[in-house]
Amino acid sequence: MSALGFAAQLLEILAALALAPLFLGWVNQCRAWLQSRRGPGLLQPYRTLHKLFNKDSVLAERASPLFRAAPYLVFGCMTLACGIVPTLSTELPLSPAADAIALVGLFALARVFVSLAAMDIGTAFGSLGARREMLVGFLAEPALLMVLFTTALISDSTSLTTIVRTLSAREVGIQPSLALAAVALVMVALAENARVPVDNPATHLELTMIHEALVLEYSGRHLALMEWAAALKLFAYACIGIALFVPWGVAGAHAPLALLAALPLLLAKLALGGFLLALLETLSAKMRIFRVPEFLGMAFMLAVIAMLVNLLLGAPGR
Amino acid sequence: MPGGQVSAAPQLAAALALAAAWIVLGVAGLAALQRFVLVARVLFPAGAAVAIALVVVALPAVWGTPQTAVLPIGLPGLPFHFRLDALSALFLMVIGGAAAGVSLFSAGYFRRAEGTPPGLLCFQYHVFLAAMALVVLADDAYAFMVMWETMALASFFLVTANHRSAEIRRAGYLYLLIAHLGAIAILLCFGVLQANTGDYSFANMRLQNLPPFWASIAFVLALVGFGAKAGLVPLHVWLPEAHPAAPSPVSALMSGVMLKTAVYGFLRVAYDLLPAQIWWWGVLVLAIGLVTALFGVVFAAVQSDMKRLLAWSSVENIGLIFAGIGLALLFAAYGMDAVAALALTAALYHVASHAFFKSLLFIATGAVLHATSERSLGRLGGLMRVMPWVGWATLLGVLASAGLPPLGGFVSEWLLLQSFLFTPHLPNSFLNMLVPAVAALIALVAALAGYVMVKFYGVVFLGQHREEKLAGAHDAGPWERTGMLWLMAGCVALGLLPAQGLDVLAPVTTMLVHASLTTLAGGNWLLVPVSIERASYAPLFFLAGVAASFALAFFLVRRLYHGRVRRAPAWDCGHPWQNARMQDTAEGFGQPVRQIFEPLFRMQRELPTAFDARPRYAVEVGDHFWHWLYLPAARAVEATARFVGRLQQGRIAIYLLYSFATVIALLVWVTR
Repeated sequence: MSALGFAAQLLEILAALALAPLFLGWVNQCRAWLQSRRGPGLLQPYRTLHKLFNKDSVLAERASPLFRAAPYLVFGCMTLACGIVPTLSTELPLSPAADAIALVGLFALARVFVSLAAMDIGTAFGSLGARREMLVGFLAEPALLMVLFTTALISDSTSLTTIVRTLSAREVGIQPSLALAAVALVMVALAENARVPVDNPATHLELTMIHEALVLEYSGRHLALMEWAAALKLFAYACIGIALFVPWGVAGAHAPLALLAALPLLLAKLALGGFLLALLETLSAKMRIFRVPEFLGMAFMLAVIAMLVNLLLGAPGR
Repeated sequence: MPGGQVSAAPQLAAALALAAAWIVLGVAGLAALQRFVLVARVLFPAGAAVAIALVVVALPAVWGTPQTAVLPIGLPGLPFHFRLDALSALFLMVIGGAAAGVSLFSAGYFRRAEGTPPGLLCFQYHVFLAAMALVVLADDAYAFMVMWETMALASFFLVTANHRSAEIRRAGYLYLLIAHLGAIAILLCFGVLQANTGDYSFANMRLQNLPPFWASIAFVLALVGFGAKAGLVPLHVWLPEAHPAAPSPVSALMSGVMLKTAVYGFLRVAYDLLPAQIWWWGVLVLAIGLVTALFGVVFAAVQSDMKRLLAWSSVENIGLIFAGIGLALLFAAYGMDAVAALALTAALYHVASHAFFKSLLFIATGAVLHATSERSLGRLGGLMRVMPWVGWATLLGVLASAGLPPLGGFVSEWLLLQSFLFTPHLPNSFLNMLVPAVAALIALVAALAGYVMVKFYGVVFLGQHREEKLAGAHDAGPWERTGMLWLMAGCVALGLLPAQGLDVLAPVTTMLVHASLTTLAGGNWLLVPVSIERASYAPLFFLAGVAASFALAFFLVRRLYHGRVRRAPAWDCGHPWQNARMQDTAEGFGQPVRQIFEPLFRMQRELPTAFDARPRYAVEVGDHFWHWLYLPAARAVEATARFVGRLQQGRIAIYLLYSFATVIALLVWVTR
């Protein structure tokens, strides 16, 4: 693997670490604008992280070592996830280590640890959050896998770099199977990242929350890492959407200049994607927790239909 | 035994000698019936050493040519045939590998004055192990059935070790009943396979070119017979009763190892003894496997007894294994050997990883049971803090069982999903649409397995103690820890070194479907089933990536910021008082699954009304198959028995009348 590959890999991970809070800030800012508020500014997530890192970490008396290790582990998982989704280049040294199925496994690993950590203290909200998170997880994970399978069938590969290379080589246009898969992915991303129709990131209303209930007992640096990991997860999902459905402009192998051009293009796509996410969140209302299975069941069906459409109509772009 | 045969079959002779050694250890236990220290500290560790020796002996045999031997034991003129080939060697390794850990654990587990005398338990245990090893070595129907029945009976007596409890006797009876229904089906299957030649050796069965009709009958009989042992739906009902009833190490062996002998028998018949595969066999096995997997996992999610939860999880895993086997049958029937090898590799890999992680989880429940004498999830909780050894060991088993990278369960799941991506190439225009969609079901089962495992671990080991006495629970002893460490090492090795694992599986798939994955694998550390462009997975790099990010984050946070920690009461949104009752219960954790998959359950709810002085809420989750299949069958048997019973009046005169009437009738008929 070339030095350029390593440079691209490093750049991608660092970009993800640096940009993930900014992306979250951008989504929140857009939401504020759409709701005729001024908003806290784009840099608010950085300020929050800095504040939290400086604070003492208050641990519950019953906390086990698992509780303290989980934030680092979840952060590590999400960093790796951002590293294997090809956003800037398709020449990534980490790519052979983990393909699309392993990416789903990585998200599942992080989810299991977040839930176990939430159950560790043994409070009512912690176990409630863990149960809901796993509920959302077991419904969203197959849907995500089916979305990835649709693209894997098109490109005859589950390697993310091969998928992106194949999909970016086709002409610009809408394919029915990919369109259905894209809708399914958006629904999964909303649920997995605790965004509005499923969960409200801006509330601490006990009866409806999922993500906030999970991290309720965390404070200080542990909470900072959890929040950063959540931002990285949102960033990773945005990147998956970009990589699968608007991959044009990703640098191929041995193209240092294309790599430099890929970064501003990625920023533009992320800005647009973040705005659309904020718009979607503003336009929809939070649903009851018992409606979530229906919502995610629909995402699952859409993803399966996308795969069937792909098989019926043949692979597009070939 | 002729000497020439032994020298030509060194590994087979050694494997037979090791099985005999197990029996000798068992007999020694019988001789020392009440000498607890001898049995626990000498005989069980010796059994573990035999198990490890079995792995060492079987490993080279995977690559070797098949070895055969004839032992003149048994009936006159009907000697036992034994054969050691790649498939047998693989299953011997699984048996030995898992049994070693369980035996080490047992050395510290069994206590004085508990049910069966220790020596008798030792005898049953080692005969059970030896019978499993001999089942996979048997090369004729006679030896196979004798060993199969020995295995069933030994495990029956082990299940009913605590026979003073009526519930356990009932579970044991159910097990015995279904085991024998299965045995009848297997016997009939061998009867069909020998095709009226009268020679019941497997070598003769391989030569018979059965017509498709008879081959299909033999196949379905094998599916019923081995499916009853493996716990395929609808013959699964005994499994969640019998596995939890046994002492924990025996549950570990039954779930982790004995179910695999059924997989072995099915593979032996379907791929080795039958001449060719027919495509609908694959569809049938795939469908049954998927139904079993889904059924198992949703029932596991609603259990509130920890061993029963694990038993249902075994049903799920067996379903996944059979789904892989079915897919491989489908590919093999269409001549797609390379892809059939991929699906079969996934199934065999899952056989090995399930053996290790399920044994680990079951013995961990044993340690919990000994420390707390509680099996109900509603009375456990917070054990991580008082039993850290068992807690961390179980965490590893839970992660492997949930199919999470980088452990063993994920590798097989990954391979299985990869093989589904080849189904659009099937030359059957209907199946190539339908079967890829089935991958969605596999994904759902895998995700639900994660849910089940979080429930199991979170409720037992995390949170607050649900009972006061749990604070005094003791951790596992040194023997128990050693056993757990062995099984943990197996889980980790299977997870991190899949390329080496595939090397071992390659001769097996070559033998069964004439293709293997090794020629295509890429290097020592990378799992590449087809080509690097198509798919690859490198668990070591994966682990290194997560670990590096973990370490870097830890280091940087500690370096750049202070590391101060304060301990305080839990926050819980400012609730002033919290107690253990406010945590989620096992039932609460299962509620979403109960609601979403409601049609799969037979639920009886008892809801309180507004006027109840003592409101009571009860919900009972039952299995539809009891009411659809087993209870009607039981009623039919009882009705028939009652009808026949009318003949029995208990008076000698009536019986003489019967004889008289029979004689008259015969005379009339003969002289007519």
